[in-house]
Amino acid sequence: MKILVCMKQVPQKDAPLKLNESGTWIREDVSYEVNEPDAYALEEALRQREKHKGEVVVITSGPARAQQVLREALAKGADRAIHLEDDKFVGFDAFNTAKAFAAAIKDEQFDLIFTGLQSDDYGYAQTGVILAELLGWPHATIIMQIEKTDTGVRVKRELEAGYFQFVDMPTPAVLTIQSGINKLRYATLIGIKQAKNKPLRKVTLGEVQSAVGENLQKIEKLYVPQKTKKTEHIEGAPGEIAKKLVDKLRNELRVL
Amino acid sequence: MSDTILVVVEQREGKLNRVSWETITAGQAIAAATGWTLEAAVVGAASVAGEVAAKKVAKVYAVESSKLEPYTPDAFAAALKQFLATHPAKLVVMPHTYQVRDFVPKLATAMGRTVISDCIGFKNEGGKLVFTRQMFQGKLAADVSFTSDAPWFATFQNGAFRGDKAEAGASAAPVETVSVDIADGVIRNKPQEVFKEAKQAVDLTQAEVIVAVGRGIKEQKNIELAKQLADALGGDLAASRPICDSGWLPMDRQIGSSGQTVAPKLYLALGISGAIQHIVGMKGSRAIIAVNKDSEAPIFEIADYAIVGNLFDIVPPLIEEVKKAKAGG
Repeated sequence: MKILVCMKQVPQKDAPLKLNESGTWIREDVSYEVNEPDAYALEEALRQREKHKGEVVVITSGPARAQQVLREALAKGADRAIHLEDDKFVGFDAFNTAKAFAAAIKDEQFDLIFTGLQSDDYGYAQTGVILAELLGWPHATIIMQIEKTDTGVRVKRELEAGYFQFVDMPTPAVLTIQSGINKLRYATLIGIKQAKNKPLRKVTLGEVQSAVGENLQKIEKLYVPQKTKKTEHIEGAPGEIAKKLVDKLRNELRVL
Repeated sequence: MSDTILVVVEQREGKLNRVSWETITAGQAIAAATGWTLEAAVVGAASVAGEVAAKKVAKVYAVESSKLEPYTPDAFAAALKQFLATHPAKLVVMPHTYQVRDFVPKLATAMGRTVISDCIGFKNEGGKLVFTRQMFQGKLAADVSFTSDAPWFATFQNGAFRGDKAEAGASAAPVETVSVDIADGVIRNKPQEVFKEAKQAVDLTQAEVIVAVGRGIKEQKNIELAKQLADALGGDLAASRPICDSGWLPMDRQIGSSGQTVAPKLYLALGISGAIQHIVGMKGSRAIIAVNKDSEAPIFEIADYAIVGNLFDIVPPLIEEVKKAKAGG
């Protein structure tokens, strides 16, 4: 099984974000990490390869800093990596990102492409499904289990409110992976060492330029959301806070 | 002819998904702001079209084909693409459900168009429609516009509009059945029966007090601290998704879009940052107390009482104070 895993570098969960001067994006000087569902997608690909042999390739787009997620993936066991490297990729909408990925892998033959179900920055939850349509492949979203079958794969889709569904589908296919599908592994020291010698192909914007177009949607303004709810801050030493809270619980919320 | 807004409602096994009323409300609001005509479409299961036609919409289409049941993204995208070719719309709005997320990016891509997904509102800025959506897990918001030709696609987050505010029509809207032709071979996925994981032992929807833990609890052994607080308050213990993913609490204690939706008298969030997926499952709570060391955590946006601090400092004295209060009657 040859599996491509689409990964994204996003600001760390608790990183304080500052707006850029034009108020259209964040300032880049924050700490980054791998988009969490993508880490599960990688883990699932590695597990599938352990069961069925094959190859795991990881791909990302973004500036030089984004290479870190590929290095980490190689250290965890991915075989090789593709980096669409340019600052401009950060501003691509999902349609263009998918087009750029499709162009970058046009000479490859994958059986499966995994993405995380959504990114922690944009949160569009679209790139994987768009990529499937561009490639003419079937897809399934929010996947919690994957088994190889004679004709393709059987996947377990998560539906809302605790419901699930198995879906049989042919390959090649795109699957968007839900967090929690597996238990993540850590990179080993030897893995980190080996990663240095694994192939990492860089793709410039110029190489995929002809495949992408203008963005179809535009962020007019990025801003700190206005609060709609009145929040009362309770401050003081822990003991004081506890006393004040109990007073609220008893006299205002009446749950004590 | 005026421009058209098409609301695509969601049905499952012939029953209208309640969130569809919210989307109708959204469509009515956009129609009021733009002067455009509002229409609705039901894909598969024409039986719910009458229910939708009672609302204030100009027309309801029942898009039909025997291949629309059971749901597949291939059939839904093909059906709506065909429908939109003969019934052009300027704007197509849908609820941001798991099902819509599964097919609408495919539909838009097949038409060379785009989806602004998971919106929480819209604005008409001097004739230009912009859609507001949360970014960076709710820490920031963005106003997003379409730069492509119509049809535009937008999906609205669960709870962004109030379903009970959907206006009824003066009389029932006409219902028109539109049959679509889905060729053999279009549908590639074979979905099996929908099922529920066997043991949904815990029903948190009835709980009056919920103490919920998130990543801030740090280690599995610290769950006990939250449990003690829940016990002292006579409440139930719940968690955000990462805690259940890690196996620290069973999946049936998960609150959020993939878990349970709750509305207790008190929701006490310990070390929960407040990602959108969690918020949608608890924002209806009567009172929300949040404890988090990150003063910018999105959970504080919806909290009634905010405590910026380390939960490990605050919870132990809180347990003692609660016990004292209870003992004192």
